[in-house]
Amino acid sequence: MTRKLLIVVVVLLYVLHQDWWFWRSAHPFVFGFIPIGLFYQACFSVAAALVMWMLVKYAWPSHLEREIEEDQSKEGRSA
Amino acid sequence: MIPAIVVFIYLAVVLYIGIFAFRKTSGRKAEDYFLANRSLGPFVFLFSLFGTNMTAFAILGASGHAFSNGIVTFGLMASSSGLVIPLTIFLVGTRMWALGKRYGFMTPVQMFRDRWECNHIGTVIFAVQAVLLVPYIIIGIMGGGTTLNAVSGGFVPFWFGGAIVALVVMSYVFFGGMRGTAWVNTFQTILFLAFGTIAIIVIGSGMGGFSSAVQAIANSPALAPLLTRERISPYYFFSYTFIPLSAIAFPHILIFCLTAEKMAHFKKTVIFYPLCIMAIWLPCVFLGVMANRVGDVPQIRAKQEARRVLATQGKTMAPEARDELREKSAGDDVILLLLQRYAPLWLAGLLGAGIMAAVMASDSQILALSTMFTEDVFAHYGGKRRFGETVQVMTGRIFVVLLTLFAYAVALRAPETIFELAIQYAFSGFAALSPLLIAALFWKGSTKWGALASTLWVAAAVVAVAVFQQVVPAPAPGPSLVYWSLGGTEIISRTPGGTAVYGFMPVVPMVIISALLMFVVSKLTAKPKAATVKKYFDFLNP
Repeated sequence: MTRKLLIVVVVLLYVLHQDWWFWRSAHPFVFGFIPIGLFYQACFSVAAALVMWMLVKYAWPSHLEREIEEDQSKEGRSA
Repeated sequence: MIPAIVVFIYLAVVLYIGIFAFRKTSGRKAEDYFLANRSLGPFVFLFSLFGTNMTAFAILGASGHAFSNGIVTFGLMASSSGLVIPLTIFLVGTRMWALGKRYGFMTPVQMFRDRWECNHIGTVIFAVQAVLLVPYIIIGIMGGGTTLNAVSGGFVPFWFGGAIVALVVMSYVFFGGMRGTAWVNTFQTILFLAFGTIAIIVIGSGMGGFSSAVQAIANSPALAPLLTRERISPYYFFSYTFIPLSAIAFPHILIFCLTAEKMAHFKKTVIFYPLCIMAIWLPCVFLGVMANRVGDVPQIRAKQEARRVLATQGKTMAPEARDELREKSAGDDVILLLLQRYAPLWLAGLLGAGIMAAVMASDSQILALSTMFTEDVFAHYGGKRRFGETVQVMTGRIFVVLLTLFAYAVALRAPETIFELAIQYAFSGFAALSPLLIAALFWKGSTKWGALASTLWVAAAVVAVAVFQQVVPAPAPGPSLVYWSLGGTEIISRTPGGTAVYGFMPVVPMVIISALLMFVVSKLTAKPKAATVKKYFDFLNP
């Protein structure tokens, strides 16, 4: 369930990158000088970082980490 | 002259870091020289991986592109990369790291050869990767020569600046190997992260704040579109999201993924990558747009005039005259011009060093090519077995020297635009090679013949686009030149900035057809032995 939800979140974020709703408009200027289209894409970058945090927290391939640690402890014992 | 002195001090620091790293290495073992003994900590891993991917284009190219095209540059190149690159590092980078730790792989081709039980097909993949990577090294040296020439006010000639940059990069790669390169990249990344913040404060206060400048651009009919995306087609914008797929397929990025001491080090890299990209690109893009309001810098005025003539009279001009105007209107040096106008001399030097840091990103590509040559060719065809590991590392070092000398010699003779174009094709080429990695790591049914078909397609497509753009001159700004249509539908067009296929950039069909070829040809050909498939998928997806 978590995995499917995360896939949906990533796809949704990809779709949200195509922000056709701000295509032809520069206004409003956020903080008085940032065009809205640029501000939206900056917020998109922050959202991307949040989604990456979710992936790391809920979909981390920890089995690989465990296996490598086991390999290393076996090597350590045989040495 | 003061900025040039600051830049020379910076180059000396970089050299010292490389030599310092050399003291920490045994220098004889291949894994130590080429992969820093797979022992990089989380901080160095994050900053060096990020720095490896930030070339001269990040600072000079981003502001130049924004100068001509406006705020769209950020959405096109930065925010899409902020999603796609960390995602591919998360999916592919972590798995490659684990395979490298378990089976000792040092290059992507070693994994492909083992995964698909192939020999010469791996050599074909190596050759395509190497050919696509060389232009980066040449453009890095050219960028170094140009930047030193600019920050010294013409005192340091191009040939000498290029030679110094080539010598410094060659020295720390030669002595420090991956450890030296990673530390230098970390230092450089911190510098150009600071660069964006300092540049925006200095230039912003010099311009008396940005609000009035933005308002003036919005009120000018000629400049107002730079604050929106109305001049860019949504198809083009969508196409650009395919380009960041190239990052994980670049051998130097994938090889860097093998250097982490622990897999946990990827966590911070994946999470902070979008924020690091934003911290560098947002100020550069914004300043590139703002440069259009600086009326008292003659060079910027000349660029705007060239742009105006191109837009109004371009259609009636000869292709050569159009190309000349295009070059004159290019804004790759606007950030340097803004710094010269607004920053005090000593600060311009420090910021110049930040730009040098970005320009000198060719170090990891030189080291990656050396790793690939010694592992995928020298060691694979028996060199390591016959001559031993010490000779293998020595071969890698000699390769670094020869490659840098070759790149410098070419950089002195060939026009820069050729390599800028080659890089354009290389991004699409590497993006279209990404299905190989996905198939190898996630699809049991993939085969070496599928990989060969994809690779040959990529090579053929890159050559075809290059030849097409050479033969059919770029039209003036405005509608595309339809080259081939079918039943009233545009199939292939020549656009002012490149080529369009059904309105999309060539990278879209290149990636899709590469993936399709991998799928169809793999379905039709014999799979690797069950034991080989089990070896990978019991481990990667138990």
